[in-house]
Amino acid sequence: MKQDPFKQSVVKAAKGLWTAFPMILGTILLISLISVLVPKSFYVSVFTKNQFLDSLIGGVIGSISAGNPITSYIFGGEMLKQGVGLIAVTAFLVSWVTVGIIQLPAESSILGKKFAILRNISAFILSIIVALVTVFILGILV
Amino acid sequence: MKFKEKIKRIAKSWYFLISIVFIYFLFSLFNKEVYLGSLNFFKDILLKIIPVFILVFVLMSISNYFISPDFVIKHLKEKGTKKWFLVIIGGILSSGPIYMWYPLLADLRNKGLSYGLIACFLYNRAIKITLIPLAIVYFSWQYIVILLVVMIFASVLQGILLNKLMEVKK
Repeated sequence: MKQDPFKQSVVKAAKGLWTAFPMILGTILLISLISVLVPKSFYVSVFTKNQFLDSLIGGVIGSISAGNPITSYIFGGEMLKQGVGLIAVTAFLVSWVTVGIIQLPAESSILGKKFAILRNISAFILSIIVALVTVFILGILV
Repeated sequence: MKFKEKIKRIAKSWYFLISIVFIYFLFSLFNKEVYLGSLNFFKDILLKIIPVFILVFVLMSISNYFISPDFVIKHLKEKGTKKWFLVIIGGILSSGPIYMWYPLLADLRNKGLSYGLIACFLYNRAIKITLIPLAIVYFSWQYIVILLVVMIFASVLQGILLNKLMEVKK
């Protein structure tokens, strides 16, 4: 007997989510653990006030962090107040939302290892380029 | 994908979850504060993502029903800028954590969506319209506008780059 196409679509969707379920649940557990383990003061303390090095550090910290973008705005605002450069803060903000080291196992498992690695590496490099271009344009226009 | 490979992939993802649960178990023995704090954080995230989970499930069902490989080929594989606009808008409008969207994107990938467009979608998920007012409070509106425009260009650049890189040694 032929199954109802809509029912088939729903079953297929449920199966797809079930396959991704352990990875998603594991990722949320990992994010929760890291968010508790890494103190907020850490984000400001690692910068050197060297523009180039700080943009790299900002990119790296943003990449290994995870959570709501609101948190990154709060940290970013705090960094600016502490004298960290705008390029570094921008690299931090952009990599926070575009690079996902913590989500990498889930991304590799569901979308493929090669894609996940290439996407994250290129997003990291782009976070620094985006930071440089944004601050450059801001300097010209404002 | 062959059945054996499928089983292997599923098993790997369960190992990942079991290892994380084991780390939690160790913390429950040696550092109760971190253990309870993390569980609390976990509960908060879980409550927040339930609506997104339902949304993704509904979208996946709709996509399975309406979007066939032919549909993807017709609308998202043709040359031109239209497909990039669609993916950019889709990425910006999508909500919730990034990992919730992986199953839907994997499904669309199987139907023929290119890796570049998937990367572009994921990059634009970083732009959240609802959070722009808050971002302006912390930074200036000029800075946020420039940043968003640069990020949209970067998303397309990354998409084109990923399409080229994924083709290598295929």
